[in-house]
Amino acid sequence: MPDGPLGMAPGRVKPLSTKPLTPMTTSPGELSIASSGLPEFSPPQRPAGWWRRHLLDLEGLTAEEITILLDTAQTLKELTGGCRHKIPLLGGRTLANLFFENSTRTRNSFSLAAKRLGADTVEFSSSGSSVSKGETFIDTAKTIQAMGVDWVVTRHPAPGTPHQLARELECCVLNAGDGAHEHPTQGLLDMLTVRQHRGRLDGLTVALVGDIAHSRTARSNMWGLRKLGAHVIVCGPATLVSPRWEELGFEVAHDLDEILPRCDVLNLLRIQFERFASRPFPSVHEYANRYAMNGRRMRRCREGILIMAPGPINRGVEITPEVADGPHSVILEQVTNGIAVRMAALWLLVGGREHPEGGASDE
Amino acid sequence: MSELTPILIEGGRLISPTDGLDRPGRLLLHRGRIESIDPADDDLPEYCHRVDAGGCLVTPGLVDLGAEFREPGHEEDETIVTGGAAALAGGFTTVLCLGNCDPPVDTPAGVELIARIAASAAGPRVRVIACLSQGRRGEQMAELGLLVQAGAVAFSDSPRPVGNSALLKRALDYCRMFDIPIFDRPVDPDLVDRGVMHDGRVSLRLGLSGLPTEAEDLAVARDVRLAEATGGRLHVGPISTMGSIDLLRWVKSRGIFVTASVCPHNLGQSDEMLASFDARFKVHPPLRSPRHVEMLCQAVADGTIDAIQSGHMPRAREKKMNDLNQAPFGAAALETALPVVATRMVRSGAMSWSDLILRMSTRPAQIAGLDAGTLRLGAPADVAVIDPEEAWTVEPERFFSSCQSSPHAGEKVWGRVVYTIVGGEIRFTRRPALDHLAIGS
Repeated sequence: MPDGPLGMAPGRVKPLSTKPLTPMTTSPGELSIASSGLPEFSPPQRPAGWWRRHLLDLEGLTAEEITILLDTAQTLKELTGGCRHKIPLLGGRTLANLFFENSTRTRNSFSLAAKRLGADTVEFSSSGSSVSKGETFIDTAKTIQAMGVDWVVTRHPAPGTPHQLARELECCVLNAGDGAHEHPTQGLLDMLTVRQHRGRLDGLTVALVGDIAHSRTARSNMWGLRKLGAHVIVCGPATLVSPRWEELGFEVAHDLDEILPRCDVLNLLRIQFERFASRPFPSVHEYANRYAMNGRRMRRCREGILIMAPGPINRGVEITPEVADGPHSVILEQVTNGIAVRMAALWLLVGGREHPEGGASDE
Repeated sequence: MSELTPILIEGGRLISPTDGLDRPGRLLLHRGRIESIDPADDDLPEYCHRVDAGGCLVTPGLVDLGAEFREPGHEEDETIVTGGAAALAGGFTTVLCLGNCDPPVDTPAGVELIARIAASAAGPRVRVIACLSQGRRGEQMAELGLLVQAGAVAFSDSPRPVGNSALLKRALDYCRMFDIPIFDRPVDPDLVDRGVMHDGRVSLRLGLSGLPTEAEDLAVARDVRLAEATGGRLHVGPISTMGSIDLLRWVKSRGIFVTASVCPHNLGQSDEMLASFDARFKVHPPLRSPRHVEMLCQAVADGTIDAIQSGHMPRAREKKMNDLNQAPFGAAALETALPVVATRMVRSGAMSWSDLILRMSTRPAQIAGLDAGTLRLGAPADVAVIDPEEAWTVEPERFFSSCQSSPHAGEKVWGRVVYTIVGGEIRFTRRPALDHLAIGS
């Protein structure tokens, strides 16, 4: 084997073929402590029962796996003083944000999560540009992997792209939104927020209100909440809430006022005007009249109802300012919890192994 | 053709639905034609190839009602030579190739070019389905009369549907002069905007945009009414929905002459396959829900659906290697059509081998108005020899087609083509050459 770059001893050069999952030659934790001068830190125990290398969707996870993610997020949130401090848990690792769709919130949240754990981040935006150059998203991702990254965080307008990448890449793949399919970390952060306020998810009634048809947030919430025992209502105009959801075991509603007295949590989804080929309801005016959460509707709700929104919010369309900024709103806590669940996902995935039984990874 | 050595196929089971043939026998091919069935040894020519068809079926070569060969213009997907080789390996002796090339085959010169390339390729007989409309734009009729003179055997803008009802009606009416069928891939374009897969419970879960069944049902309803109104010859296909089947039953009970076809992939696989997010399952027509699959199989078995067409829509690897929105519809199908249908329909007991030959050879030939699909004495010697028991696994990387994307990759199937004979000439065999040495009689 030839000498590595800068005359490093061959033993210290990481061969290209090595899976990035294998532990670093030096313990990354100790290295970071020495170099960053942070106080003594004892890393948390890796939870038993986690083996996945990719976080692609919540539909495919078990209740136990989702609970591990939420518990770990809670632990890391506390260890980082509410997601504000840095801990040297993942020093020497690198996260690549590979976004084929515009995003600031989710991308920054992933970056901050990585940085809070001592990892480096690198950004690739490719809203259409690589496609116009004739490169497929798979080639783009392989190029980035070849730069030696441990996680690829991807957002793409087509459903299933993270699943396709997971088949092609050696590194960990995190889905940050694939079309209308799933947005698993958003689902997790919503669940974590509810759990922090209610102590549990089991037995709660959660309504997802708005454009269910085009919402990846809705799908991730639906699967995740149901696996942990919540009753899920999907509510919105009939053109955006398919009756087929009932075949899959969810309650379908079109009248928000009717369901309000039964709900413990309302998650108000944004109307994604940019995704419509033709408008699925007559006017924004009519939509707001039927589905906007406002002061009048708040009075129909239970005492301790939680008002959530994945954002960005359209004030006056799905939510009025008095509700968004009111005492029941936990919208900003959701944002903080986003960093917590992303820290948990990053940490768990790099410890992922092949499946203990099947011998295959999760793809 | 007279310089060809005669071929004696012996030891096999002869099947030809319209000739009442389904029994052991031997078949002599001479001067490019079916010379005789069960010839006496004394009547054999002085020299002939003897083909040992022991344990095999000897059938008319398959006739495909619509494959894409992509040449000229899209040779990265397929050429007439590679597509022809795939057809032979799949037992097809005649292929109707679609005119969705670049430029579209909407002129006599386009038809002649394909015919000329095919003639020098030693592949199957290639007949052209010319474009119905100028530039496949769905506005004005192409020069249909001149295209017929140049050799076109059918007209279609497929896989693009004819969205313009006035155009379809006019063309059906006009084509009565030539007794040439119009093939429509029935889809209402307004209802399939950006759809990727069957619109149903699975697409809902996966967040993929749907191709609703009513888009096909509406188009079939329109098509058959226009066929009735004009008396023109219409073939709808490939179809994929229960609604289409209901309409066809209604139409046939009224004595309206309309034919229909289905693709093998719609007889076996369902939309659940898309949960893998693998673009090889993005095919045309889309994989439907299990209920549709079951009804399509029934309709093939009971004859409501006349024919099975390969649905060969080759697309280059670099195009299929993409996300599900970007990747084009399509897959290589010529080499898997027969075994997939045999496995799904014959092995399951839903129909006989004779029925399969009827649906994949005899009826397609009748629909296209070709002298094929039969072992009648004097007919062109287009013959397939099929081993019905050979079990094998579909490995697209070994396809003759340039396209190696298949929804059937990795599937275990039964039935394999051993010889394909076109015009009395062995153009494909899986056996070593020694097996059919010329010997004296």
